[in-house]
Amino acid sequence: MIEAVGLTKRYGAKTAVYNLSFQVRPGTVTGFLGPNGSGKSTTMRMILGLDRPTAGHVTIGGHPFRELPNAPRQVGALLDAKAVHGGRSARNHLLSLAQLSGIPASRVDEVLGVVGLQDVAKRRSSGFSLGMGQRLGIAAALLGDPQVLLFDEPVNGLDPEGILWVRNLMKMLASEGRTVFVSSHLMSEMALTAEHLIVIGRGQLLSDMSVRDFIAANSAGFARVRTPQTEPQQREKLTTVLTEAGGRVMSEPDGALRVTGLALPQISDLAHEADVRLWELAPHQASLEEAYMQMTQAAVDYRSTDDQLAGFQQGPQGALPGQLPPGSAPGAPGVPQGPPQLGWYAPPPPQPGQPHPGVRGSVPAPPAPVPADQNPYAQQAPEAAPAAPPAPAPAGPAGPGLTKNDDSTPGSDTPEDAR
Amino acid sequence: MHAGYVWKSEWTKIRSVRSTGTTLALAAVFTIGLGFLISALSKNEFAKMDAHELRFADPTFISFVGTSLGQLAMIVFGVMVVGGEYSTGMIRTSLAAVPRRGLFLFSKIAVATLLAFVVALVTSFVTFFVGQAALGPYKASLGDPGVLRAVIGAALYMTLIAVFAMGVTTVLRSPMLSLGILMPLFFLLTPILGNVPATRKVAQYLPDQAGGKVMQVVAPEGDIAPYGPWGGFGIMVLWVLAALCCGWLVLKKRDA
Repeated sequence: MIEAVGLTKRYGAKTAVYNLSFQVRPGTVTGFLGPNGSGKSTTMRMILGLDRPTAGHVTIGGHPFRELPNAPRQVGALLDAKAVHGGRSARNHLLSLAQLSGIPASRVDEVLGVVGLQDVAKRRSSGFSLGMGQRLGIAAALLGDPQVLLFDEPVNGLDPEGILWVRNLMKMLASEGRTVFVSSHLMSEMALTAEHLIVIGRGQLLSDMSVRDFIAANSAGFARVRTPQTEPQQREKLTTVLTEAGGRVMSEPDGALRVTGLALPQISDLAHEADVRLWELAPHQASLEEAYMQMTQAAVDYRSTDDQLAGFQQGPQGALPGQLPPGSAPGAPGVPQGPPQLGWYAPPPPQPGQPHPGVRGSVPAPPAPVPADQNPYAQQAPEAAPAAPPAPAPAGPAGPGLTKNDDSTPGSDTPEDAR
Repeated sequence: MHAGYVWKSEWTKIRSVRSTGTTLALAAVFTIGLGFLISALSKNEFAKMDAHELRFADPTFISFVGTSLGQLAMIVFGVMVVGGEYSTGMIRTSLAAVPRRGLFLFSKIAVATLLAFVVALVTSFVTFFVGQAALGPYKASLGDPGVLRAVIGAALYMTLIAVFAMGVTTVLRSPMLSLGILMPLFFLLTPILGNVPATRKVAQYLPDQAGGKVMQVVAPEGDIAPYGPWGGFGIMVLWVLAALCCGWLVLKKRDA
């Protein structure tokens, strides 16, 4: 069990991590997501006692890392695959780590076999590829048979076979009751590996919930509705009817309609009553990647130039009135703009209760109580007020209409779930 | 976590990189080789000296002239032992495994110091005998007063130079920066300052200038040092302790 409470880290004027509180529980793989520079590695380093938090604290099994007795037997970590002395052989590198906690040399050969490096054990690690370095780092983490494992970007540089192996390894370690905390950029990989997600942006907690809830809560699916192309008036009619019924309707380039805020049967009924034929009525299930993009789009620090330019233009269609995130409250340096989107993300549904414990409570609130087996689009009520009204409430970075906000200000506030 | 475990681990680290063997071998070769060369050349100088000059002749010290070059290899050894952790990022792996940073640092330095001392002691005795053999009739013998102290002192001096480099590197956290500062300092700056009369009074308290005193059996003509051989060595020890303390504080306080 890893527990962070109010973790804050400042480097001079820059705040890398701000008031971060979360728990990583044993028995599941917990994914740690966030855009580049959002503070993932800094958090990992603070967990391992490498960096001293400016405020707050983080404990492993109730102890700060630096006070853990025989730490290598309790915590294994892969922080940086290249953090080895290149002039030392893989085996000697592991041996020096093993000797620290009285682990026998035979265990070194064992983990070398586990990660598949037995044939290059005697070779100097400077000649290793990134993938081999990752394997060596994973071997070092496994060395002490620890109950708590941290991996920072473990699949970087691995081949597909290696990625599959890491995925299964993580799951196996978790199924043995260990605490497994993995950071990654690869959404698809996280969707397959992790059961629980902790998402941060600009150093602050954005979300702390299970993968299924996360997708359900953040990436609002929608219904794709298509009317006969030969009769555009039918399309307009349906749009009017659906809008009147409280749904939100947007056009897709190919003429289909994206509908949120109405359940599938409702759309069908309304169409029937309006005497509109439907060619297509399909649910759209969002992927983790989409949910993640939706959640972090306002907290991205590094964006390519092309995107920036596009972002300065006024959002095309689908501006959501009244959805200005309250992150632009007085004192806040400004809300970062959403990325210019080609696609369209529906706003998240209101989230009753805080999804993470924060500094206020020691027991986390239950994750967003959305039955995950329901169609996500069926619960959309985007206009509903956010459930946590004080301060920057989780209004969510809405549509492209928000692109008018100036991104040049180093906004530390993120619109959603910022606190 | 036992200190013994950490020592063992540091020994594995130090013996498993090439720079250890290379730098220590270079230190021995430079010290012995240059000492032999200068001793052989000094044999002719001795023959031309009058009685007054012979009073200040120090055959023991002459055979240790090579330490001025050998100490540079010792500095590189000290810098590599500590700096290798920083330049490779290994420091994060190490500190994640040994959260008690003081234990980590002093185990590393203790192991490296012991190894350096063993090499320096052997080098010192070989240097002495080779040098004295080259001096022929003017040679000193190990039984002469102060000679054994000078020979062991030379080994201690070489060891402490390496430890000083380890301390400085822990403060600076970069091998390139440390070498860039230590090499010119000990190769050029302190010898020059120590030989220019105007700066001598201050420079004699610098670590190598003070510590080198322990290798002398006969004080050179016009020696103004207010300390004896062990006094000078003590000053050097203070320098080394200061460097280690600063290094320890930096490691303790700063983020890895």
